[in-house]
Amino acid sequence: MTGKQRAAVLGTGQTHHRSKRTDVSMAGLCREAVDRALADAGLTANQVDAVVVGKAPDLFEGVMMPELYLADALGAVGKPLLRVHTAGSVGGATGIVAASLIQAGVHRRVLAVAFEKQSESNAMWALSITPPFAMPVLAGAGGYFAPHIRSYIRRSGAPVQIGAMVAAKDRRNGARNPYAHLRQADMTVEKVLASPMLWDPVRYDETCPSSDGACAVVLGDQAAAEASERPVAWIRATSMRTEPTMFSGKDNVNPRAGADAAAALWQAAGITSPVDQIDAAEIYVPFSWFEPMWLENLGFAEPGRGWRMTEAGETEITGSLPVNPSGGVLSSNPIGASGLLRFAESAMQVMGKAGEHQVAGVRTALGHAYGGGSQYFSMWVVADTPD
Amino acid sequence: MSQPQPASAPLAPLHAPLEISFDYTRSLGPTLSEFVTALAGRRILGAKASDGRVHAPPFEYDPVTGAPPAELVEVGPAGIIVSWTWTDRPMDGQPLDHPFGWALIRLDGADTALLHAVDAGSAEHMRTGLRVRPRWAAERSRSGITDIACFEPEPPAEPAEPRPPQPPAGPAKPAEPAGPAEPVTMITTPVRLSYDHTVSPGESSYLLALAQGRLIGQRCPACGKVYLPPRGACPVDGVPTQDEVELPDTGIVTTFCVVNVPFTGQRVPTPYVAASVLIDGADIAIQHLILGCPPAEVRMGMRVRAVWKPREEWAIGAHNIDHFEPTGAPDAPYDSFAHHL
Repeated sequence: MTGKQRAAVLGTGQTHHRSKRTDVSMAGLCREAVDRALADAGLTANQVDAVVVGKAPDLFEGVMMPELYLADALGAVGKPLLRVHTAGSVGGATGIVAASLIQAGVHRRVLAVAFEKQSESNAMWALSITPPFAMPVLAGAGGYFAPHIRSYIRRSGAPVQIGAMVAAKDRRNGARNPYAHLRQADMTVEKVLASPMLWDPVRYDETCPSSDGACAVVLGDQAAAEASERPVAWIRATSMRTEPTMFSGKDNVNPRAGADAAAALWQAAGITSPVDQIDAAEIYVPFSWFEPMWLENLGFAEPGRGWRMTEAGETEITGSLPVNPSGGVLSSNPIGASGLLRFAESAMQVMGKAGEHQVAGVRTALGHAYGGGSQYFSMWVVADTPD
Repeated sequence: MSQPQPASAPLAPLHAPLEISFDYTRSLGPTLSEFVTALAGRRILGAKASDGRVHAPPFEYDPVTGAPPAELVEVGPAGIIVSWTWTDRPMDGQPLDHPFGWALIRLDGADTALLHAVDAGSAEHMRTGLRVRPRWAAERSRSGITDIACFEPEPPAEPAEPRPPQPPAGPAKPAEPAGPAEPVTMITTPVRLSYDHTVSPGESSYLLALAQGRLIGQRCPACGKVYLPPRGACPVDGVPTQDEVELPDTGIVTTFCVVNVPFTGQRVPTPYVAASVLIDGADIAIQHLILGCPPAEVRMGMRVRAVWKPREEWAIGAHNIDHFEPTGAPDAPYDSFAHHL
């Protein structure tokens, strides 16, 4: 009996993310990412054994089970095609399910695809439907997370400008990324602080955009990785954890499922000091304050001290732990794809393919996603060598 | 909305209709745009596949090679029924409002079938192999397949007498020349979902108590936490919760946000304070509105009380409490509720 097989990222691809990609259909959007990922890996669709597709709730586009009609576009005809769904973390979970198919020795090369075409609907509407008997106080994801951000600020004593520092950094990073939806090279803390308050304490410029976009990643086993003449990113560890949305004792600032997933991830990857051993991190930050919150949840900083890393510039692209050099979710948010984009961007850093937003000397990187009411967590560590 | 049950009857869960709808927009991309634009001009296009087969409706990506179609070709507009079924009771939104057939129709020149309605009068007139032709919608919707209102049986062939060729008669004839049409790149697809939303027995008893102006929670026998609304089971311990606990209508704001952003479907005018309100004696907060003071004065730890709607407006629902307002009592210390954040 053999154990877990090695798996690696052979190539990545993504669309140009925009508020409305009206030039393509949903199938065309996915295909754009798939074609780029296959070209990046130097492979054709025929060399892929299985396809895993992820997207957020069907209500976001109003198409039931879109994976069924996307089989042609994804090159999945005659192959296994699986749909993954874990709310906003689905892109990450999609990458992990694809990796599992290789680690289990089932397939040699697997294509992971995730997408969202937000312009076909209105996610805020879809996330704010009030069922009978309930109070109509829901106000989208921002309305859900803003109170928890307030709790973080109170608990940590973080200065008010920390969120703005994250937003300005990520938007400036986005300007280095040719695929990013928002590319704002001149964004400043002052501009963020001057932007309208949407869900107090969350300002307009501290909020992710609504994007159309897709991401694709080609994964392969050890033989496929060694056969590639291009750089690959070895998957050192993956981790997923879940908890209920609401229960008495839930820590909405530092959710246990996220902390547990991170602890398991670091252990599986043989990482004892994440802040020293991770060279770049792509972390799911849809609202600016989630950077310091997740730095703590992931174990990069002690509880209550994550904001000090942000304040000290450690998470800048030139800092000791660059966070979201791609611009992150704050610069592009095709919801279903956003998690896989984090995973893909972490691999791109390891493969040295991140172009203008490449962090110098990355050997080990983190990709992270979360979803629902901070209840689904998925993450992986990739590196330039298998062990 | 359901009526309260008599106290002696076993409690049936409450239920009420939930209707949601949205006009989704579709960007068509090059292939489907050409197909839909042609339909608006009363022509039907198929896609030629790498193996020479013609797919109508057209594919966006060749099922064999995965490539976009090299060319779209005109098919039909008439064709034959490949298979069919009959519906006696048409539903809202279906192509016809009287009994009709659903058929897979292989249009002339195509190798695959298209699904559409056939207005055949009765099931006796439907058969595999029947020739049908499109009946074009009276008004061009420019929204795709609905530009074909339905299909209908082709009239029987004329007696074999030499006569000059003439265009098809009746409704199949285009009402106007199909000139070069402005390309259709977007369509709208309204989606409407109708649910009968049922709440749990625990939430039902909570709502029925609310209709009497009372707040009822349930205590977990394992951890002792009081859940409001009750859930019937403790999400931490996984054990049933049956002990009902009557709670006051006062509490504290643990955390909150001020909603300034208007959005589709919003039912409360902005700005409003959406707060987590921890009712005294409960171990989990409920979400509610804070009014009665400017949003800027709402604080974590602020003591609040329920403001009930006038009794004559009470119904079954969380909105019997219109909102919470400050009591004016000193704020709860942070340490007393920090573990609820």
